[in-house]
Amino acid sequence: MCLIARHLEENGIPTLIIASALDITRSGRPPRAVFVDYPLGHTTGKPFDAADQKAILREALAAFGRIDTPETIVVDLGHSWDADGGWKQAATDTSSGDQRQPRDTSPRYQYEADRLAAEARWATAAS
Amino acid sequence: MSVEYIKSITERYQQLGYAPYKWYAAETPPAWQPLKKPLSESRLGMLSTAGAYALGQVAYYYKDDTSHRAIPKDTPTQDLRFSHITENYLPDARQDPNCVLPLEHLREFEGDGVIGELAGEVFSCMGGVYSQRRVREELVPNMLQAFQAQAVDAALLIPL
Repeated sequence: MCLIARHLEENGIPTLIIASALDITRSGRPPRAVFVDYPLGHTTGKPFDAADQKAILREALAAFGRIDTPETIVVDLGHSWDADGGWKQAATDTSSGDQRQPRDTSPRYQYEADRLAAEARWATAAS
Repeated sequence: MSVEYIKSITERYQQLGYAPYKWYAAETPPAWQPLKKPLSESRLGMLSTAGAYALGQVAYYYKDDTSHRAIPKDTPTQDLRFSHITENYLPDARQDPNCVLPLEHLREFEGDGVIGELAGEVFSCMGGVYSQRRVREELVPNMLQAFQAQAVDAALLIPL
């Protein structure tokens, strides 16, 4: 995402990244970022917690308006996933093997019905 | 203390006998474009790398898919779907898309005047592209073109 942010900015579009992997974000040196210290997959808040999601989004947009120094990463949004940070142990457990799905060029639909919906649309478009 | 993903993923790949993964490491400072006007008067674009698609659109594949989807901003939340090579990060998003793709909230912010306007579509792509060359040559210029076509004043970028 940092490559995209930097390219947009080079071409006149200001950007803000909301990120949950601070080390990866720092490595890419984006123009502006805010850090949400949550497990990956929850960059904009806890599931089914609209108040948390909206608070993070509001704070991120406020930072977007406020940051006036390149390469600023706001790290103190002040949201905690849990009381003791216990989730971080699991996130760095290297004994769990490869969690990724196989890499090939077949679209991976969330539901089989999605495939049918997409194929129906393409069939209609082609006829 | 934030999680050290680079360190832990590097260790995991070593244990599995994989070649080391190379994250992008910028060697130069980024360009800088100040906001042209307050966000409350701006047209805001959005990109998520979570592999989001709308019902009826083609899903992503997991080997260096550099395509993106334009998801109409009025798409109902129940029609949002996700496919990404790290499906292990998706279970919550598949139940509540707003925890990675806050489309509902951005629509509300548009009504509240927090942002001037949300662009007509929000974009998504599948962030797990391992060819940095293909990211640079395909995804990056395509996303610039897509945002330019929307004439956005600012872009909100949300990695998975």
